[in-house]
Amino acid sequence: MAFINYATREINCKIVYYGPGLGGKTTNIQHIYEKTSAAAKGKLISLATETDRTLFFDFLPLELGAIRGLRTRFHLYTVPGQVFYDASRRLILKGADGVVFVADSQESRLEANVESLQNMLEALKQHKIDIKTLPYALQLNKRDLPTSLPPEELRRHLLFDGEPVFEAVAVKGIGVFDTLKAVARLILMRLKGH
Amino acid sequence: MHLDFILHDEEYQKIRALIERLRKDSNGRIVFLLDRNGQPVAYTGEMAEIDPTALASLAAGNVAATEGLAQLVGEQEFANLYHEGERDSLHLSVVGRRMILIVIFDERSSLGLVRLRVRKAAAELIPLLEEVERRGASEASQVQLEAAFAGITDADLDALFND
Repeated sequence: MAFINYATREINCKIVYYGPGLGGKTTNIQHIYEKTSAAAKGKLISLATETDRTLFFDFLPLELGAIRGLRTRFHLYTVPGQVFYDASRRLILKGADGVVFVADSQESRLEANVESLQNMLEALKQHKIDIKTLPYALQLNKRDLPTSLPPEELRRHLLFDGEPVFEAVAVKGIGVFDTLKAVARLILMRLKGH
Repeated sequence: MHLDFILHDEEYQKIRALIERLRKDSNGRIVFLLDRNGQPVAYTGEMAEIDPTALASLAAGNVAATEGLAQLVGEQEFANLYHEGERDSLHLSVVGRRMILIVIFDERSSLGLVRLRVRKAAAELIPLLEEVERRGASEASQVQLEAAFAGITDADLDALFND
């Protein structure tokens, strides 16, 4: 749920990047961090293992500017993708205003994508968040790899119900901001009451 | 559909006054109120060198993880957490259904004093937060929120991402 503070004229929203392990969730956030001006971003926090796998979450606060006099802040979180961190993933998803599902386009990861999507739907249900009204986008990452499946096939397995889909190469920054922008837009539109 | 958390100026000032009183009564360095999702709500004290957004996000993660642990051993939650440092210590306390109150203190205070004062402040804070929730959920507040965003155009949204 968004937090609106009329006293300080701020609106704070939480966006969670979900998806299978090594799919590029942290890479998305790192690219956003690198490409955002110092004034607009806060500290990037990564709670990672010694081998740089996300242990609990990555966190990046962004303050993108004012909209109708309200300072708009987005708090970006990633979940740990590895299957056994399920409890942590559920904790992070709580209170999300928007979700990005980062799918790994490689053929060998199709099953992991489907499992992770199913896991996300269960966790949302547990938090009483309805995917149908939740601002949500699907990102098909790693489009540059020769082992990637055609987008149509991925859509057939992963598309939920008309959500925006973005093809991305997060390591090169391709599609990263488009995805973030789409979810941010959906969140603000929801607040607008549409 | 979950409701957003809407804080108006009047309640915000009351919360600020209450946490400032807690800071003085507990001899704390900092008192910080956040919601369980990691959004900072209000803070007071020596915050010059601490990033409030990072503090809120990590504290919420800490409380959430501890709550997970509590449930594993058959408890609903561990309502109070204490982290002891060489110089500064942190006391985190779950207040009501959705807030976390942090007191950061040094040798000028003690855990006993902080716990006592937090308990007293929490008892005052809970009805105040319930009032915030009631008002935020009211129709008038939702109408005000929608009105605040009604004029947003695609150009406004594009402008947010262009710097």
